[in-house]
Amino acid sequence: MTTVESLSHFAPEIVLLVGAVGVLFSDLVFRDKRLIGYSALGVIVVSLILIKALSVSEPLSLFGDFFLLDKLTQLFRVAALAIVGIAILLSLVYSPLSKLYMGEYYALLLFSAFGLILMSAATNLLMIFLAIEFVSLISYVLVGFLKADKFSKEASLKYLLFGSVCSAFMLYGMSLLYGLTGTLKVTEMSTALASAQQPSLVLTALVMIFAGLGFKISMAPFHMWAPDVYEGAPTPVTAFLTVGPKALGFVVLIRVLSGAFTPFFDNWTPLILVLSMITMTVGNVIALSQTNIKRLIAYSSIAQAGYILMGIATFTDLGIQAVLVYAVVYAFTNLGLFVVVVATSEKVGSDEIKDYAGLARRSPLLAGSMLVFFLSLAGIPPLAGFIGKYLVFAAVIKEGYYVLAVVAALNSVVAAAYYFKVIKTVYLQPPRDEDALPCPWPLRIALGITLAGTILLGVMPNDLIEFVQSILPLS
Amino acid sequence: MTSHILSYIIFTPLIGILVIAFLPKGQGEKAKWIALATTLAVGLLTLVAFSQFQLIGEYQMVEEAEWIPQFGVQYIVGTDGISFPMVFLTALMSILACVASFGIKERQKEYFVFYLLLETGMLGTFLSLDLFLFYVFWEVVLVPMYFLIGIWGGPRREYAAIKFFLYTLAGSLFMLLGILAVYFGSTPNTFDLRVIAEQDFTLRFQQWVFMAFFLGFAIKVPIFPFHTWLPDAHVEAPTPVSVILAAVLLKMGTYGLLRFNYMLFPDAAHWFQPAMFVLAVVGIVYGGFVALAQTDFKKMVAYSSVSHMGFVLLGLAALNEVGLRGAMVQMFTHGTITGGLFLLVGVLYDRAHTRDMTHFGGLSGQVPVYAGILIFFSMASLGLPGLSGFIGEFMVLLGGFEVRPIFTGVACLGIILAASYLLYMIQRILLGPLNEKWSELTDINGREIATLVPLMVLVVLIGVYPSVLIEYVAPTLDKLNMLLNPPDTLLSSVGGAP
Repeated sequence: MTTVESLSHFAPEIVLLVGAVGVLFSDLVFRDKRLIGYSALGVIVVSLILIKALSVSEPLSLFGDFFLLDKLTQLFRVAALAIVGIAILLSLVYSPLSKLYMGEYYALLLFSAFGLILMSAATNLLMIFLAIEFVSLISYVLVGFLKADKFSKEASLKYLLFGSVCSAFMLYGMSLLYGLTGTLKVTEMSTALASAQQPSLVLTALVMIFAGLGFKISMAPFHMWAPDVYEGAPTPVTAFLTVGPKALGFVVLIRVLSGAFTPFFDNWTPLILVLSMITMTVGNVIALSQTNIKRLIAYSSIAQAGYILMGIATFTDLGIQAVLVYAVVYAFTNLGLFVVVVATSEKVGSDEIKDYAGLARRSPLLAGSMLVFFLSLAGIPPLAGFIGKYLVFAAVIKEGYYVLAVVAALNSVVAAAYYFKVIKTVYLQPPRDEDALPCPWPLRIALGITLAGTILLGVMPNDLIEFVQSILPLS
Repeated sequence: MTSHILSYIIFTPLIGILVIAFLPKGQGEKAKWIALATTLAVGLLTLVAFSQFQLIGEYQMVEEAEWIPQFGVQYIVGTDGISFPMVFLTALMSILACVASFGIKERQKEYFVFYLLLETGMLGTFLSLDLFLFYVFWEVVLVPMYFLIGIWGGPRREYAAIKFFLYTLAGSLFMLLGILAVYFGSTPNTFDLRVIAEQDFTLRFQQWVFMAFFLGFAIKVPIFPFHTWLPDAHVEAPTPVSVILAAVLLKMGTYGLLRFNYMLFPDAAHWFQPAMFVLAVVGIVYGGFVALAQTDFKKMVAYSSVSHMGFVLLGLAALNEVGLRGAMVQMFTHGTITGGLFLLVGVLYDRAHTRDMTHFGGLSGQVPVYAGILIFFSMASLGLPGLSGFIGEFMVLLGGFEVRPIFTGVACLGIILAASYLLYMIQRILLGPLNEKWSELTDINGREIATLVPLMVLVVLIGVYPSVLIEYVAPTLDKLNMLLNPPDTLLSSVGGAP
């Protein structure tokens, strides 16, 4: 499809770009800086409406095969916008940001939404790399946005250094692939690779691409940056980082693996099996000893990536469904958790778990929500997290990877132990002071969305599963 | 015409939860009345279902609906002779423990919300005929239980609560793996218990899955060596929660063994028979000895539970008609008797604020009514003929003796031990000279007696005329027995069928 025709299908993204630029300049106009945030929110909403209005049934190849607009893209461009929308809602309340350059901040968030959408749609190695780098660069800036805070600066630098190295590896891997196949189109690669003369080179390329994407999804051993970055970044940015780049990283992983590497399935499955086990175990075991809620969630999100990798390891239809469903329910749940964290830190002024003591007395709403989100992460039915966990377990059991299943089951118990450490503090311990915790309206909206998602997708997952099933097989 | 009575039974407590949740601030006192009304409503609905219950071996009052058709998950509830007594017990104990909960003074709204959620979870667990649905309810039970122990429990409540939670979760995750294996192992892939029961699994497959399920249920029962959470949970839990825990939650484990391990994997059940005998006998004797060594009244009752649940396992291990029936009777009567004993522990603790049996003495003169009731329940627990405890244990031993006389002989030690620790308890609390410290102790009050009388009626009724219970469980158990021990002619005809 030609560029001009493609543009009409790109209307939501164009709105996003124009809106981002507009928000950037609105800083000069608005005296009340909150209006900037509201207009950024407006951009997201308009973009979402356009997506709804323009939905297509057949996969479309856009901009000369650089992008593919299929149901997978459809799902994740809505997800990307929703994730950024909730991050904006959190930012409206998060006070450490309020004195800083709000125009730039919200513009960067909107740009990152654009980048995430590119990630979900890109089917060309070059475009994949550009999209990932685009999101990464914005993330480095957002993480260091609290200029006066040394943790924020440290986090930003760490993230930058770690990310650059991983990107370099990925780029090298991609160039190897190009050398082997003579094409950059992921969809055409598997035929060319199937007849490749040097399988060892293919595997080298594969491992290098894993390094780059593993960094995005915080897969062990490329996870070391995650805790420091998640702790140091402004909380709304942390919320965004734990779900946005991670979920989209999995989408890219699926696209690359299904497009290029299917002939080498037997080679990489054992690798991912092992990486999955290591990732979940490392995340869960280290999370046990955390005292800061953001770090705890950071390690928990590493572990969650490990569970999602279970689906990648099988790479059956069921496994891919599991990955997609898990990514969606995880996004709802983890974002919801951060709503509670922002609300609490605004009043309490700390992210230490011990300061959550007696939250149940001070705000039954926040405490109850936190309980729901943690139970969902722990995979307790009938919440959304259980559906995700059920699916990954089903995928590995169906393929007979019993060791992985048992390791994951044991890991879930460890995870429950530290999730309940927080729940214990919230419900079982007496509050230090009885002041009620306020929950301003942006947080109420965010809480409403995430709670509804976490509960409804658990009780009635039919529509999501049906949609995800209709995505497969990937073209 | 399908009746929705079972769904009403399961979900009525949720209505109570909603009403309590919308109580205005400062009206927490009313929560207990709403909870009582709700449990009474469930009780009434259970009686309605009871009136419709037929003495057949098939599932009755079945309701089916699609839930998640993409995975083949259905909402199927139904009851039979195994689950209905458990539902009856749950409904009854929920009412009694709710009355016993009237002493809860702090965070009443939350307490009764969790309490009613627990009731829904328990009822759903017993009534689900779909493995996925069953797992959902099974897990739903964990969360309110964690809070009921963790918020309203004794000094070490946080430890006890998380220990209970993690132990049970670990078991149930292995059960989930087993459930998935069964799902993918059956053709067509299904969670429907009735379809799975007709599958012909290979012995090897059955053994693995049996073990996965067994782990989940053994932790819940608890079967030695998975019992260590039980004394902690029981001792720290508030009285009504201990009652529910002993009377209903432990039965979920043995119920699961009957419903899933036995019905779905009969060949593996035979293969595991020796192991189950060993575990049962170890549990009986070990639990008895440890109970004998306790000075804490509640801990003694908790360990006596380990011993008595061992008898249930012994009956199950026998794999014959009288053993299975005995196990079922023992499950029911253990619920009533031990539930009663925990209530009595609570009555004493509320007044004396200690459970150390060595601090008491001579209370029989001070609190004669209490003493009488305590002696009654102790006699029932140690198996005095004429009371229900005797019936269950006698049938279990009879069944066990047919198969493994030596093991069963050793298990008889459990009865002697029960007599020892219970009589020793009576001696230390009720007999001897009155400890002057307790001269102000008041006798059991009307509300407390009201919670105990229904149990005493059941204990006497089943003790004198066991058929009232057995005739309800027999048709289903006979069917199960046929499955476990197919007559040769039947076996060959089934084997010959394509």
